[in-house]
Amino acid sequence: MKDANEDKVNPQHETPMLDQLEGGKWPSFVTGIKRLRDTKGAQYAPMMNDLLGQLNHSYEERLGFWKGGTLSVFGYGGGIIPRFSEVAGDYPASKEFHTLRVMPPAGFHYTTDILRKLCDVWEEHGSGLIAFHGQSGDIMFQGCTSAQAQPAFDAFNELGFDLGGAGPALRTAMSCVGHARCEQSCFDGVKAHRGIINRLLDEMHRPAMPYKFKFKFSGCGNDCVNAIHRADFAVIGTWRDDIVIKQDMVKEHIKKVGRKYMIDTVVSMCPTRAISLNDDDTMEIDNKSCVRCMHCINVMTKALSPGKDRGASIMIGGKRSLKVGDLMGTMIIPFMKLDTDEDFEKLEDFAEEVMEFFADNALEHERIGETIDRIGVPAFLEALDIPADPNMVNHPTTSSYVRMDDFEQEADKYFERKARESGMVVAADS
Amino acid sequence: MNEMSKKPRMPDEVGVPDPFQYMHPTSIDNYGTWDWHERLKPGVLHHVSKSGADLYTVRAGTQRQMDIFTIRKLCDIGDEFADGFIRFTTRSNIEYMVSDLAKVQPLVEALTEAGFPVGGTGASVSMISHTQGWLHCDIPGTDASGIVKGLMDDLYEDFTNELMPNRVRITTSCCQINCGGQGDIAINVQYIKPPKINHDLVGNVCERPAVVARCPVAAIRPAMVNGKPSLEIDEKKCVCCGACYPPCPPMQINSAESTKIAIWVGGKHSNARSKPTFHKLAVANLPNNPPHWPEVREVVRKILDAYKSDAKHWERVGEWIERIGWARFFEMTELAFTKHHIDTWTGSRKTMNASAHVHF
Repeated sequence: MKDANEDKVNPQHETPMLDQLEGGKWPSFVTGIKRLRDTKGAQYAPMMNDLLGQLNHSYEERLGFWKGGTLSVFGYGGGIIPRFSEVAGDYPASKEFHTLRVMPPAGFHYTTDILRKLCDVWEEHGSGLIAFHGQSGDIMFQGCTSAQAQPAFDAFNELGFDLGGAGPALRTAMSCVGHARCEQSCFDGVKAHRGIINRLLDEMHRPAMPYKFKFKFSGCGNDCVNAIHRADFAVIGTWRDDIVIKQDMVKEHIKKVGRKYMIDTVVSMCPTRAISLNDDDTMEIDNKSCVRCMHCINVMTKALSPGKDRGASIMIGGKRSLKVGDLMGTMIIPFMKLDTDEDFEKLEDFAEEVMEFFADNALEHERIGETIDRIGVPAFLEALDIPADPNMVNHPTTSSYVRMDDFEQEADKYFERKARESGMVVAADS
Repeated sequence: MNEMSKKPRMPDEVGVPDPFQYMHPTSIDNYGTWDWHERLKPGVLHHVSKSGADLYTVRAGTQRQMDIFTIRKLCDIGDEFADGFIRFTTRSNIEYMVSDLAKVQPLVEALTEAGFPVGGTGASVSMISHTQGWLHCDIPGTDASGIVKGLMDDLYEDFTNELMPNRVRITTSCCQINCGGQGDIAINVQYIKPPKINHDLVGNVCERPAVVARCPVAAIRPAMVNGKPSLEIDEKKCVCCGACYPPCPPMQINSAESTKIAIWVGGKHSNARSKPTFHKLAVANLPNNPPHWPEVREVVRKILDAYKSDAKHWERVGEWIERIGWARFFEMTELAFTKHHIDTWTGSRKTMNASAHVHF
């Protein structure tokens, strides 16, 4: 199969603006693209010559020259970002420069072997340019013609890879390194990530949502995948019991850094003043006051670690600027135990319920955070049958302009729930 | 090929690939049973499991937008000097895992020799999380990769050393949707003029009610212009956000003159110490000046130098400013504080100082 535009091969474009981005010590993307342009006989060489030409034109005009469109592969309604050049007359070989969004393995693990195979596919069918990774977490195979999208996808699919999300749909998720390497990881991120996304996969491949919906998984409050800011549904590892302290390692840490430095960087920086240093250089933590922020554990990696009763918090509604302004996720489930298969199934069930709520209630082009803003958190909790919890708020309402005629019934529910949680038999249950 | 076009191949919807097939054996053996870690030097992590197993990680910077030859070079290094197992961080750094300490130094040298800076750990400036820009996006105001390349050239020593008070996360975004996200320092496009409308095209290209609905300040209304159905903008109401441009490309928000760069500070994703925060405006209307964006780089350097000299260990940029106060921040960075720094958006009164606390 030969593209018509392959017949017109431009001579090498001058790229005086881009050439200036080849000096300096940081690896240069321009040098990389030029390597592709200069590979004699490569099918992508003319495309990359024209791509560089168009990019240099952008640098000179200070404008972008791509427009979108529609393109998909057999069986899918999304996952490919079509790009057509508005200046194809001058740069015909890159007139179609589509991106395939491909989901990475959870935790971004690869072998050199699979990376080479992915490169081989893109050498045959695409531009040879790949981004590890896009902001949603996709491997972005940047630059292929409309005709090559299907064979490229088929080849990736044969390697065990699948398309990610685009448009109003479930999007590609991201998880941190987690259990694979990090002692601070409080739940199995791979299991949660694959469990949820693979169960809801249909919503990714056939876009039918009001707008995008993103999941992200961080093993602890350090939130290495930026879930609270960037995900509609953020799963953040945490624990319920006490921080584990190795007092001999505390002493060793103090011996190494000094008592003043330890006080300045650990005791004084605890956000809830929950830490004190004893006269014998052991430390005490008031775990009831601890908010699981991770700071002391980050500083004293050998002496402190998260407790053993581990699970995750779930925060809902994070998103970027469009259109009401940036929103962070709101704490909705302060703790969900994530240990057994049943625990993970409960997490998946909850994810599915939230997606269903979103599909049924969000307006077109509205993120779930905006829906919650519009209807108020209490209505969202009621819809999902989640009890109100003080961990959801910075503080109770300061406004009296709220109708509270069923306050007693709500208070009864609260006390019943508290009684149930402490193991008491509640009249309503028996 | 002909056979294929007659009978399409059925996709195998495998979903998220299983990472265990690509994971270092030490990671698999010690999955979920790690005990502690330390940083041996910038770019090198050492994790120890409860079983006593060691795993060393060497982290290096990449250009994110990589040609297959760069990726193969990284694979060659992984095969020759490491165990063949690789992962990428959220910020597009590459990580090699090895179970033998003796492999670490040769691996560091091989990466450095091949031009991949080793670092990005601990209190360093890590790789800038960025977007696509002119290279591939359909609505960009600037080029992400170009700004990032120039900045990382400047920040090379800050990446390969751990000399900052705490980690520094920089982001860039090529339009005000802010796909790059929140950062200690964020370098984002800021538009200063309403879109220019090509009325000949709007009627055919844009779904007009959807465009009207997209505007966050209700400044767009349907109109007949030169006898054609189009849209018009109340330019006094318009906040120049560019939200109408993606669903309606004839409403061009970008221009060589009116697409500017703003720099924001104090965004933080982590929950460590303080709660996560959004970044706040430091300076706007810097020129969008390719290929070197010198004005942007100068401001970033100034902010970083002030932070480095004045913040306490473990304070992030936003926490440092919280302590010293915004008055001192603007003084130290020699940036202007203007009425445009005062929020007017929903909930803005909560961003005002409702106390007698004043910094002098």
